[in-house]
Amino acid sequence: MSTENRDPHGREVDDVTGTETTGHEWDGIKELNTPMPRWWLWTFYATIVFGIVYTILYPAWPLVNTATSGLLNWSSRSDLSTAMAAQADANSGRIEAIKSKSIEEIAADEQLRPFAIAAGRAAFKVNCVQCHGAGAEGGEGYPNLNDDVWLWGGTLESIQTTLAHGIRYEQDDDTRISDMPAFGDGILDNEEIRDVAWYVRKLSAQEFDAEAAERGETIFVDNCSACHGDDGGGLDDLGAPALNDALWLYGGDHSQIVAQVRQPKHGVMPAWEERLGDTTVKQLTVYVHSLGGGE
Amino acid sequence: MSDKKPKKENEALDGALPEVKADPVARGLLANHGKIERNASLLLVLSLVVVTIGGIVEIAPLFWLENTIEKVEGVRPYSPLELAGRNIYVREGCYVCHSQMIRPFRDEVERYGHYSLAAESIYDHPFQWGSKRTGPDLARVGGRYSNEWHVQHMIEPRDVVPESIMPSYSFLADKELVVEDPAAHMVANRRVGVPYDDAMIENANADLAVQADPDGDWSGLLERYPKAVTGDFDGDPSRVTEMDALIAYLQMLGTLVDFSTETPQQAATTDDGEAS
Repeated sequence: MSTENRDPHGREVDDVTGTETTGHEWDGIKELNTPMPRWWLWTFYATIVFGIVYTILYPAWPLVNTATSGLLNWSSRSDLSTAMAAQADANSGRIEAIKSKSIEEIAADEQLRPFAIAAGRAAFKVNCVQCHGAGAEGGEGYPNLNDDVWLWGGTLESIQTTLAHGIRYEQDDDTRISDMPAFGDGILDNEEIRDVAWYVRKLSAQEFDAEAAERGETIFVDNCSACHGDDGGGLDDLGAPALNDALWLYGGDHSQIVAQVRQPKHGVMPAWEERLGDTTVKQLTVYVHSLGGGE
Repeated sequence: MSDKKPKKENEALDGALPEVKADPVARGLLANHGKIERNASLLLVLSLVVVTIGGIVEIAPLFWLENTIEKVEGVRPYSPLELAGRNIYVREGCYVCHSQMIRPFRDEVERYGHYSLAAESIYDHPFQWGSKRTGPDLARVGGRYSNEWHVQHMIEPRDVVPESIMPSYSFLADKELVVEDPAAHMVANRRVGVPYDDAMIENANADLAVQADPDGDWSGLLERYPKAVTGDFDGDPSRVTEMDALIAYLQMLGTLVDFSTETPQQAATTDDGEAS
């Protein structure tokens, strides 16, 4: 140590900066001792104290096969149940009423109906719009729910059954099932399929080939009318769509009808009762029924 | 300056406050930390000791804590087709935009369903919890949509969800599913703790083929993998594509545990396991 300044405690002070050194020296370079600002240091101590208090109040320290549960006995799961219970409590009267009443009673009840529709609309936005569209307008293969044309019936009861158990949803034993045969698999030949498609065009008041449609009528009566009706009006009980209107699930062009007769596509709708519960299904039912086409 | 190198105890305390000089513990630390800092091997060994303590406290208890290894009924290993689909899910980086982790918050539970349990991803190597939700959570997407919807959505997401920004994965429908050796993959999983039994491994190839076969005999498959979704997935029954595998995987996600009978414990930690 050469000619250094010393502070009153006898510590060495650097000439250039006037800061004391730590006394460490590496190849002639000395380390300055610049302490942390006080506010920083106290914040640091405060975080340590906070950390300790936190581990006492909340679940933290692992033991053998549990952990300390903390003085507040907090858990995210019981937080969730509290939040869910608070929500249920806020509407408890109406939820109870929806649970205990039949769907017709709910729809007829001036108090319950707006509540069910509002709740149903919320549930629809979460669960149904991906297929049926944000405005329930449907799309190819997914029915429009705003109109008065229904595959499986548009009464409250029918809509509730469809929602609860789904359509062709194998995991549900009570699901709605209908299975139009693939007429291209050896039941009708290509000529006959084309003819019957022209007849379906005639039924739906679209342009058609008169000669072919005449041949197609017999084929229709023999093969199709059992489900779709003699006039092509469809049959709700079997999910057989009406063919005499302007609404088509898979398109109404001749080629699209031919494709559907040859190798039909069958839509699948999940069963929602198990997933959402009876109450939400009832709310959805009232909402869907209210969209315009409810019977 | 070379004469300064090995500092003696009294020199080490040169700059210290007088009260520090008086404290024997501080004297020891201050006097000797130079030894640790100058000895790379000692520094390494002591660092390891410190990190080990941290590891033991933070990681080890997870193997014994009851609430992290909560047992639930119904969770089973993936069937070979689901496993192949899961590999496609990983390969395409689905986890970058989709999480598989429903947190116990009201908004998530009301949107996605029951919150996820650790046990539900017990056979995931690696897990697909994800950390970002550009798209929705997929932990319970199984059974929520029809197979046809999934096909349309993979081919062109905007056909069914107009506001979607998901890329198109239409190529999956054109790519034949190639799994070199499904049994080997299952054996690898078995080594890390997935309980694939010998029958599962023996039947790996058959199970892989039959699950997406609409006319197949699924009885063996369903016995080994209860609740597996069977049948043609991609609308083309003549062959098994990557689309089939991916949809088979998606359709079983979150469906294994029956929450109508299963009640997960409420409090994070209670000695008697009762809800707080």
